[in-house]
Amino acid sequence: MNTIIETKEVTIKFGGLVAVDSVNLVQKKGEVLSLIGPNGAGKTTLFNLLTGVYKCTSGNIFFDHNKITDLKAHERTRLGIARTFQNIRLIKSMTVLENVLVAHPDCQNESLLKSVLSPGKANKKRREVVDECMELLKIVGLEEMESEMATSLPYGKQRLLEIARGLATKPKLLLLDEPGAGMNNFEKEELTDVIHYITQEMKVTVLIIEHDMKFVMGISDRIIVLDHGQKIAEGTPAEIQTNPRVIEAYLGSGEFKDEEDK
Amino acid sequence: MNKVKDLLKTIKSIRFTKWQKMIFLIALIGLIVSAPYIITDNYILHIVILCSIYACLTLSLNMIIGWSGQFSLGHVCLYGMGAYITTLLMTQTGMNFFPATILSTAFTSGFAMLLCLPTLKLRGDYLAVITLGFGEVFRLFLTNSVSITRGPAGIPNIPDPVIFGYVISSKQAYFYFVALIVILFVVFMKRFNNSGFGMAMIVVNEDDIAATALGINVKKYKLLGFALGGGMAAFMGSFYAVYMGMISPTSFAYAESIKMVSMVVLGGIGSIPGSILGAVLLTALPEVLRAFSEYRMVIYGALMVVMMIFRPEGIWSRSSRMLNEYKIKAFENYKKK
Ligand SMILES: Nc1ncnc2c1ncn2[C@@H]1O[C@H](COP(=O)(O)OP(=O)(O)O)[C@@H](O)[C@H]1O
Ligand SMILES: [Mg+2]
Repeated sequence: MNTIIETKEVTIKFGGLVAVDSVNLVQKKGEVLSLIGPNGAGKTTLFNLLTGVYKCTSGNIFFDHNKITDLKAHERTRLGIARTFQNIRLIKSMTVLENVLVAHPDCQNESLLKSVLSPGKANKKRREVVDECMELLKIVGLEEMESEMATSLPYGKQRLLEIARGLATKPKLLLLDEPGAGMNNFEKEELTDVIHYITQEMKVTVLIIEHDMKFVMGISDRIIVLDHGQKIAEGTPAEIQTNPRVIEAYLGSGEFKDEEDK
Repeated sequence: MNKVKDLLKTIKSIRFTKWQKMIFLIALIGLIVSAPYIITDNYILHIVILCSIYACLTLSLNMIIGWSGQFSLGHVCLYGMGAYITTLLMTQTGMNFFPATILSTAFTSGFAMLLCLPTLKLRGDYLAVITLGFGEVFRLFLTNSVSITRGPAGIPNIPDPVIFGYVISSKQAYFYFVALIVILFVVFMKRFNNSGFGMAMIVVNEDDIAATALGINVKKYKLLGFALGGGMAAFMGSFYAVYMGMISPTSFAYAESIKMVSMVVLGGIGSIPGSILGAVLLTALPEVLRAFSEYRMVIYGALMVVMMIFRPEGIWSRSSRMLNEYKIKAFENYKKK
């Protein structure tokens, strides 16, 4: 009933490679779901399918019970699916604040005629948009850096900025692709707080891809494990940690052990 | 190079108060009004008018290349289309300049969108080839459709524009007219650049995947970028036609497109001051260097290569745009209360 996103047998092939193979996924509203798996398992590709960057070879995707398989990427964003990128994609020629502003629907929809002929009239709306975006920057702790160039920020802060930018699109579901990558432990704690705020105060559901097991186990209600494009396990953090197939997949790639060692 | 960068950064960070802006504006108006009295040589005034025309054309091409991110090598086609449609409307139907220009600008805008439509899916370099080809097709059409365009002979005796009963015919009058157009274009581009619409277009230009993730319809902005740039070019084409009093296909040869692209690249891709700088430099320099005119193309080429190596973003790059202007504008009147 209260499903936010659902995939049915979603598959994508790149030539001979089946990057995502008949994946079924269901996420409830408000649930923190994580997607884990070794490098190259198809996690990012699955995000690209959900957001419409790639079209499914077969299968269907439902958002809020509506079929969105054939919708374009920007239409899906407008429906309420936002995302961050594993390889950060901030706008280089813009400041921190501007990066968030351009994601705001009211900023994008500002009539060109109005802003050219009578910019004074556009200003009232602009003020509201700026205030809202500054609020979002406050949430991720970047409000004091609003006039820095976005790409001059350290890596961890750029990831937080991408989250603020995603929130500016007014999403119902926010997809975070390795939000903790390149962050130190302190920053990861900050990130945890931000994600809690997003899910609990802003009522935005999050779906997370993350490699740091400690972080994943701490934050997730439920975890789905991908390997070679297939879903190999699904369950609570406790179940996943003891699942033999998961351990095998990770031992095969040696990643699980590395993470535990750290 | 670093010194140049620092200098640009300082210029960028200067903000003027309302009073300073006012004084600057009055000085500018004074300069424009007195210019024809100071420049008594008609030839120099002609060069100044040409510089202004190219400044506007460069802005219009920069709208397509620098803002909507589509590398067009066929800009002369849109420029020429505006010139020819306005001319034909004026000479065939006796229409006045202004309604004729509105019609030809609107038509060329629409046509620019059509030209852009099939190329939306292509990579930048393919688009360049297609637009280049289109420019040639257009020139051949002008040359060969003798019954419509009078072919290579061109169309002479284009009437002067009439505004409220006043006929714009002297060089001085044309100078005032073009100065007004430049101001309108610059104000338009500035407001456009700092609007939500313009910022969304910058996103489309820089990263189309990020753009779609922000809910921006990439195709819409690419089409509108072409339409706006095409309309602006057509408007300048119309001005060129009445100013010169005659047009022929040679004015719209492919070398013109290349010249405009050079102005954009030299001045600064996606930059308003850069467009004007590039246009003025490449229009005035050849006149100054008349003696070396045989080497003009060589000098152009060398200049491009040097720019590509040392300052690929142009003399006055996009990154020197006013930052956070959207916010500053939004709060300008707010603080007083
Ligand atoms: N556009 C593409 N073309 C071809 N292969 C791709 C493409 N995108 C992803 N892949 C392949 O799909 C597989 C899954 O990649 P990805 O989803 O990025 O993995 P990860 O789980 O690490 O995020 C990899 O083998 C990758 O090379
Ligand atoms: Mg990935």
